[in-house]
Amino acid sequence: MYFFYPLTIGRVFGENHMSTRSKILETFETVAQEQGKTLKALSDTTDLLECGLDSLCFAIIIARLEDELNYDPFVESDVAEFPVTFGDFVALYQRLQA
Amino acid sequence: MDSAPALRKLLQHALKARTHAVGFASADHQFSWASLIEPAPSGLVVNQVADRSIILITRSQAAAASALVALDGVAASLVICPPDFDLVHLAYVANLAQADLILTDDPDLQSAGLETHLICPPFGLDVEPSAARQSPTEWRLFTSGTTGTPKLAVHTLKGLTGAISTANPLSAAGPPTVWATFYDIRRYGGLQIFLRALCGGAALCVNEKDEPVGAYLTRLGAAGVTHLTGTPSHWRRALMSPHLAEIAPRYVRLSGEIADQGLLDRLAKTFPNAKLGHAYASTEAGVAFEVTDGLEGFPHALLDRTDGPVKLKLRDGALLIRSDRCALRYLGDEAKPVADADGFVDTDDLIEVRGARCYFAGRRAGVINVGGAKVHPEEVEAVLNRHPDVELSRVFARQSPLTGALVAAEVVARAEGRVFQQLPELSADLRRMCREALGAVKTPATLGFVDSLPLSEAGKLDRRRA
Repeated sequence: MYFFYPLTIGRVFGENHMSTRSKILETFETVAQEQGKTLKALSDTTDLLECGLDSLCFAIIIARLEDELNYDPFVESDVAEFPVTFGDFVALYQRLQA
Repeated sequence: MDSAPALRKLLQHALKARTHAVGFASADHQFSWASLIEPAPSGLVVNQVADRSIILITRSQAAAASALVALDGVAASLVICPPDFDLVHLAYVANLAQADLILTDDPDLQSAGLETHLICPPFGLDVEPSAARQSPTEWRLFTSGTTGTPKLAVHTLKGLTGAISTANPLSAAGPPTVWATFYDIRRYGGLQIFLRALCGGAALCVNEKDEPVGAYLTRLGAAGVTHLTGTPSHWRRALMSPHLAEIAPRYVRLSGEIADQGLLDRLAKTFPNAKLGHAYASTEAGVAFEVTDGLEGFPHALLDRTDGPVKLKLRDGALLIRSDRCALRYLGDEAKPVADADGFVDTDDLIEVRGARCYFAGRRAGVINVGGAKVHPEEVEAVLNRHPDVELSRVFARQSPLTGALVAAEVVARAEGRVFQQLPELSADLRRMCREALGAVKTPATLGFVDSLPLSEAGKLDRRRA
């Protein structure tokens, strides 16, 4: 049935294809911009506390990612401590994909 | 204590000046006010209702209207059940009210073993009551916003009509007054409009809950409505209707929720020739004041007034009200007092004073705590609602592992069938507006778009949903 084609193409090449990591990166950038914060270049070793965002920003990021990915690792898993680096943060969400 | 004349007497007085028939109109019932005060053999039998403690459970507002006129000054007390009354609570209410009779227009009502009479509007009494009661009939109204066990506030007609001027009910010139309301007359707000229409000898059009807003507006247009009242949520809904163009009221009134500037401006633009007022009233505190300068909030000067029937003051940031229009008490021996030792009723509505103006900040119970910062959902909704594309919004708390709570919002975009791609733009716009007006903490962390937001039975934004 032809009319399914566009839907399928949308699924493969659309939003779902975006990696978890790039989605997190995008959310960090959006929230930083909204909150008027200067975000440092993020790498796996960047300390979250040094990246230019405050705790309200992180709270917003976690809420947005929960809406986007249907997953809040801080509630749903046995995370004992808040991640220290950006890499730790991404890894928490990537566990979901594993 | 001087007792005010019964409602029947006020109506008789008001109708004396009328040269044309006026009365009540819902989609299903139309009748003249006069038909409610003419004794008729088919009416309620005075001897069966006099001095009784009655519960009024009605499907139609017409039945409630008839009963209120017939029974004030005759029955000892009336519990006026709202349209969404849950019969699960009937036995509890009957016990609380020490009720001995139910009047209903519902032949299928399961009346918990109480004596029950079936009523069919319109009706009056079978004979003129021989003498007025010594003490006034108690009107027992359900307080709004309660879930679970009902709470009832006790009024008398004198207090309920305290804000209604009967001295000069109508100007002789111009078309006759036709009142209409989105409220239900079985709740405080709607009851005020019912009493205003009666005491002024004016027509009243009401909206039963199964009548669509568009059909109601068309009916109001045909009836020549001049005075229309509702909650801000009612008005936001009406503003969405293409049928709004069919009415041209000369008086537009809001109460029951915070009237924000966005809505007031929209109404002023829609009805440029109407007097626009927002009133403050509650079931417990009665009618306190009306603001007609087109601006949200109210003048600070109202707080300092020592003249006039209503005294206002602030305590711990909340509005307190003292007047003869306040409820006398809550029903039940165990109930806490309505007012404090000085006679002031605490409204639980928080006020922010900025310059010479007082603004409603929200309900004391609804505060969202974002990492120690307090956010009132209503102040955020007011900013969101200011955007021309926003019809209605609901702001609520969402849990956060970092800040305890965050501000979340749901928004109904104004134009239905709006292109989906434009919503991210609107979302960014709204966030920017909130940040500029309120700062980062109060700006919704997440913002979603929904097709509609539910209103409670009282016509207020339903906040109970998690």
